[in-house]
Amino acid sequence: MSDTNSDAGADGPLGGLFDGLSRRSSDLLLVFGALFAIYALFTIFVFGQGINSVVSTLRFLTFLILVYGMLALALNLHWGYTGLFNIGVAGFMAVGVYTMAMLSGDPAGSPPGLGLPVPIGIIGGMVAAALVGLVAALPALRLKADYLAIVTLGLSEIIRLTYNSEAFNQWIQGATSTITSRVGFLPDGGAGTGAGSGIQVPSPAGPVRTLFFEGGRAGNPTPLGDAVFAVTDPIGIQQNVVVEWAYVLVLAVVLLGFYWLLSRIGNSPFGRVLKSIREDELVASSLGKHVEIFKVKVFMLGCALMGLAGILWQGSFGFVSPNDFMPVVTFYIFVAVIIGGSGSNTGSIIGSILFVGLLFEGPRRALGALGNRVDFGRAPNSFGDAVAPILSGDITPFFAYAVANRSALVFVLLGTVLIIIIQTRPDGALGGRNEPAAAVDLSTRPEKQPTTATDGGENQ
Amino acid sequence: MGVTESRRLDRHTIREQAPLILVGVFGALLLVDLLFRLAGVEIALTANRSFGGSLSAQRFGGMLWNGIVIGLIIGLAGIGLSMTYSILSFANFSHGDLLTSGAFAGWAASYVVAGFGVVSVGELLFVRAGGGAPFADEIGASIVQAPLSILVGMVVAAGVTILLALAIDRIVYKPMRGRGGISLLIASIGVALALRYIIQFMFGASNRGVVDTTDVRVDIAGLSVNLHEVTLVVAAVALMLGMHFMLQRTKLGKAMRAMADNQDLALVTGIPTERIVQATWVIGGGLAGVAGYLVVLDRGTIGFNLGWFLLLLIFAAVILGGIGSIYGAIAGGLLIGITYSVSLVWIPSDFNEAAAFALMILVLLLRPEGIFSGVSTA
Amino acid sequence: MSDASDETHIDEAVETASTSQGGTATVEPESRDSEVERAAASTPRTVPLSVDNLRKTFGGITAVDGVSFTVESGTVTGLIGPNGAGKSTTFNLIAGALEPNSGTVTFNGEDITGRRPDEIANKGMVRTFQIARELPEMTVLENLMLAPKHQLGEDLWRSVVPGARSTVVEQEAELRERVWEMLEFFEIDHIAEQEAGTLSGGQRKLLEMARALMTDPDLLLLDEPMAGVNPTLEEKILDRIHDLRVNEGLTFLLVEHDMDVIMENCEHVIVMHQGKVLAEGEPEAIKNNDQVIDAYLGEDI
Repeated sequence: MSDTNSDAGADGPLGGLFDGLSRRSSDLLLVFGALFAIYALFTIFVFGQGINSVVSTLRFLTFLILVYGMLALALNLHWGYTGLFNIGVAGFMAVGVYTMAMLSGDPAGSPPGLGLPVPIGIIGGMVAAALVGLVAALPALRLKADYLAIVTLGLSEIIRLTYNSEAFNQWIQGATSTITSRVGFLPDGGAGTGAGSGIQVPSPAGPVRTLFFEGGRAGNPTPLGDAVFAVTDPIGIQQNVVVEWAYVLVLAVVLLGFYWLLSRIGNSPFGRVLKSIREDELVASSLGKHVEIFKVKVFMLGCALMGLAGILWQGSFGFVSPNDFMPVVTFYIFVAVIIGGSGSNTGSIIGSILFVGLLFEGPRRALGALGNRVDFGRAPNSFGDAVAPILSGDITPFFAYAVANRSALVFVLLGTVLIIIIQTRPDGALGGRNEPAAAVDLSTRPEKQPTTATDGGENQ
Repeated sequence: MGVTESRRLDRHTIREQAPLILVGVFGALLLVDLLFRLAGVEIALTANRSFGGSLSAQRFGGMLWNGIVIGLIIGLAGIGLSMTYSILSFANFSHGDLLTSGAFAGWAASYVVAGFGVVSVGELLFVRAGGGAPFADEIGASIVQAPLSILVGMVVAAGVTILLALAIDRIVYKPMRGRGGISLLIASIGVALALRYIIQFMFGASNRGVVDTTDVRVDIAGLSVNLHEVTLVVAAVALMLGMHFMLQRTKLGKAMRAMADNQDLALVTGIPTERIVQATWVIGGGLAGVAGYLVVLDRGTIGFNLGWFLLLLIFAAVILGGIGSIYGAIAGGLLIGITYSVSLVWIPSDFNEAAAFALMILVLLLRPEGIFSGVSTA
Repeated sequence: MSDASDETHIDEAVETASTSQGGTATVEPESRDSEVERAAASTPRTVPLSVDNLRKTFGGITAVDGVSFTVESGTVTGLIGPNGAGKSTTFNLIAGALEPNSGTVTFNGEDITGRRPDEIANKGMVRTFQIARELPEMTVLENLMLAPKHQLGEDLWRSVVPGARSTVVEQEAELRERVWEMLEFFEIDHIAEQEAGTLSGGQRKLLEMARALMTDPDLLLLDEPMAGVNPTLEEKILDRIHDLRVNEGLTFLLVEHDMDVIMENCEHVIVMHQGKVLAEGEPEAIKNNDQVIDAYLGEDI
C-alpha cells in the first residue's frame, strides 16, 4: 500500500493529483449512487400517482437529505473531529431560527419582529447560536464527554422551555422595545418569541420564490418563471413544486459550502489539532496546543452552522414553535453521523442520505404505499384488538394496525438500527474512513539522494 | 486522564471558589427572601422590585410537600440510574423509558385486578389505549376503592421492569461490556427510542387519565391529605429504607458499594462482576418501575413520554448527589423536587423545569463530583 | 541523519511567519541560533532547568517531598529510583501535567511553576510518556505533522480563507519534508502511513520521541524511553539521543529504570527515594554511594 503511494508521489505533483481525484470520484460515485438508489425506491412508492407526485416526493426527500446533511456535517465537526459529545443540537438550531425570526419578523406581526432584512436575520441567528455555544462551551468543555452530553441536552431543553415561556416572551418584548424605541430605524414594539403558540418566520425560501413569481404571489410569474413553467407545465409538474425545487437547489449549494468549509478545516493543521484533541487531550497540550481555545473555537463554529441549518430547514416552513426543537431531533442527526461513520465529512453526507431514505422516510412511505395498495380493512382501535385475531389465524387486522401506526414503528426501527450499528459497526455502515488531516498529500516524500534511501521500508 | 483532572482541580481551586461563593450568597439571599415572605415583610428596592413580600405558610407548605413528593419519585428513580452509571460506567439514557414501562405494566395489572369481572381483560390490559372506556372511576382504580389493585400494580411494575432491564442488558449491553462510555450511551439512546415507541405502538399515543380520585382527599387532623400522595411517600420511603439495609447488611450490598466505588478494585478482589451487574439491573430496574407507577398514581395521567420527560430531572438529581452515591441520589432527588416546586415563589410557572436543569448544570460546572461528595460513597 | 542546515532553514520560516508572542520569543532565539548554541555547549555550561524544593501530596501521601536539582545544558541527565520514588510525579510537575503544592520549576531563567503543559511545551521543554501515548487513529505522518509549534494553519481563518491558505500549504509542504527526514532518522519511514494505534510497543516509543523532537525542543523529558523495548531498538534510541545531544546541542532528562543504561549514558545522575533526592553526581560516584546501594541497588539487583 505504502509502496504504491510513495511511487505515485515520486511521479511528482501529477501523481498526487491523480490520487486525490480517484478518491474524490469514488466518493462522488458513492454519494450519487446512494442518492439515486433512494430516488428509485421512492419513485416506486408513489408510482402511478402521476409525474407531479413523483417530482414532489423526490423534492421533499432531497430537502430532508440536504438539511440533515448540513446538520450532520456540523455535528461531525464537534463530535467526529474533536470528540465533543454535543447532544444539544436542537437547542442551537432553535436559537438560530428564533433569533432570525425576531430580527427579520414583521413589526406588525404577533409576536412583533424588528423587520430587518432576511440576510441580516440569518447572520444574526448564526451569531446568536455561536454566542450561546460560547456560553455553554467556556465552562462545559472541561467536563468529561458524558457530562458534556448531559449539559448540552439540559441546555437545549432550557432553550426550548425558554422559548415556550409566556413570561420570557413578555420580558424580551419589553426589553427589546426599550432598546429599539431609542434607535430611530427600528420599530418601537421590540421583538417577541410568541411563546407556546410559535412564531412566524420570514422564510428564507421567500427570495427564491420571488425569482419565479412577482412579489412571490402565485399566478403572477416573472420572465424567468414564465420560461421555466413553459417547460414544466406541459409535463404536468405544478408550479409550486418547481419553485420548491429551486429552493432545494439553493440548499444543495449551501451544503456544498458546508462541505467545502469543513473539508478545508479537516485538511489543515487546525483540523489536525482537533483530531489530536479527540484522540488524547494530554498529548495535544504536551505538544504545545492550547486545547481549550481550539475547543471553544470549534464549538462556536459548529453551533453557528447548526443555527444556519436550523434557519434553512425549520425556517423555510414560515412558522416554528418550541415543539419543533425536541431533543429527538438531535438524535436523528446523531444517527445520520453514526451511519456514515463519525469523523468523515463524506460519511456524514452519505449517512444523511441513508438515514433519510432508509430509516426516516422510507419505512413510513413503504408502509403507506403498502396500505394504499393492499386492503387490510379498517385498522383496529387498539393493540389488543389487533393481536387478538392472530390467535385465530387472522393477521390482517394486525397489519392494518401496523400500517395505521407506522410512525411509531419507524422510531422502533431507528432505535434498533442505532443499537445494531453501535454494536457491530461502530465506525459506520461503510467502515472506517481515513481522511488524513493535512493541507498537502503527506505520502509525497521529498526527493532524496539514492544513498540515504532506507531499504528496510521497501522490503516490508 | 486522571492526571489532567487532578491538575485542574489544583489549578482551579481558587478560581472555582469564587463562583461557588457567589452561588452560595445567591442561595442565602433567596433563603432570606423566602423567610421575609413567610413573615410577610416587604422591603421596596425600586419602583417595581422588592425584597420579601408575602407568602402564606399554607401555600409554602403545599409547595414544599409537592416538592418532596416529586423529589421522592425522582430520588427513587435516581438510585438505579446512579448505580448503572457507576457500576456499568455509562449514562443510561433509556432509564426514563424504564419508568414508562413500569408505569404501563403496573397500571395494566391494576386495571385487571380492579376491573376484573366488570370489563373484559382485553380492554383492561391496555389501560384505556383508545382513550375511551373503561373509565377510571368505573372500575375504581384508586387506593380507596381497590387498594389491592394498587399493591399488585406496584409489584407487577417492579417485576416487569426488572425482566425488561435484564433482557435489554443481555441483548444490548452485554455484548458491549468494556466498550467506552460513549458507545454505551449511544446504544442506550437506541434502547430509549425503541422502548418508548414499542410502548406507544402497544398502548397508544394519547396521554390519558387512569386514576380514580373519588374520595382520595381526606381530612386528617385538620389537614387535607391526598391518600395517593401518602401511598407514594410510604412506598418510596419503605423502598429507600430497604435499599439502605440491603447495602449495609448484605454481602451483595457491600459488594455493590465496592464496585460503585472502584470497579478495578472490585475486579481484583474477585467479586463476581456479572452477578453484580445483574443485581444492579434488578434493583435499578425494579425501583424505576415502581417510580414510574407512582408518578402516574400522583399525577393521575399516563402517556408514553412520561419517563423521557423525567429523565433529565433524574440525571440532575444523580449529578447533584454525586454519581455512584445512592444516598446522594435520594438527597439530590429531594433537592431537585423542592427546587422544581419552590422555585415558583420567584419565577413564572413555565420556568420551573428550566430552573431544575439550570441547577444541575451549575452543579456540573462548579462541583462535578456532586454537592455531597466526600461525605460517603455508597 | 538529516542535514542540520535544512532544518534550521525551515525553523526560521516558521519563526518569522508566526507573530512572535511575548515570552516565547525571548526564549526561542536561544534554541534556534544553533551556532551560538553549539558554541555555548562546549564552553561553560548553562542551566536550562532547575527544580527547587518541589512538593506534591495526594490526599495524605507525599509523593514528592522537597526535591531540588538542576539539569545542565547539552547533557543527558538521568533520574532514577526504585518504584514509587516519585520520579514520574516529579516529571509531571515539571511538564505541567500536575501542579506542585510548593516549590518552583525554572526553565531558561523563567519561573514556569504551575503553567499549563502547552505553555511549557511552547517554551521549548517537551515530554514523552511512560506508557507511550500515540494518537491511535491518526497515521504516523499525522502524528508527526501535529507537533511543530506555531503552525500558521492552526489559525482557523488561515486554514479556510482562500489566498491565506496558500501560505499554509507552503508551510505544510516544508513540514512534510522535515517529517519524512525525522522518520528516516528514526528508521520508521516504512510505517509512515499506518495508523499509530497499529504499531508495536517499540515503534510507539520511537514515534513519541520523533514527535517530541518535531517541536524543536531545547530540552526533552523522556519518561522511561527504553521500557518494553528490545535491546536492538534500545541501542537505536540511545544512538539517537547521543546524536542529538552532540549535533544539535539538545538537553535530555531521562527517567529510567535500567541502572546500566543510566550509568553508561548519563553525565549526571539524580537518585530519588521515597519522594526525596537521595544522591546526585557522576555515575561513578553514584555507583559507589553506600546510601544508594542500600536503598536501591541492594534491593533490586
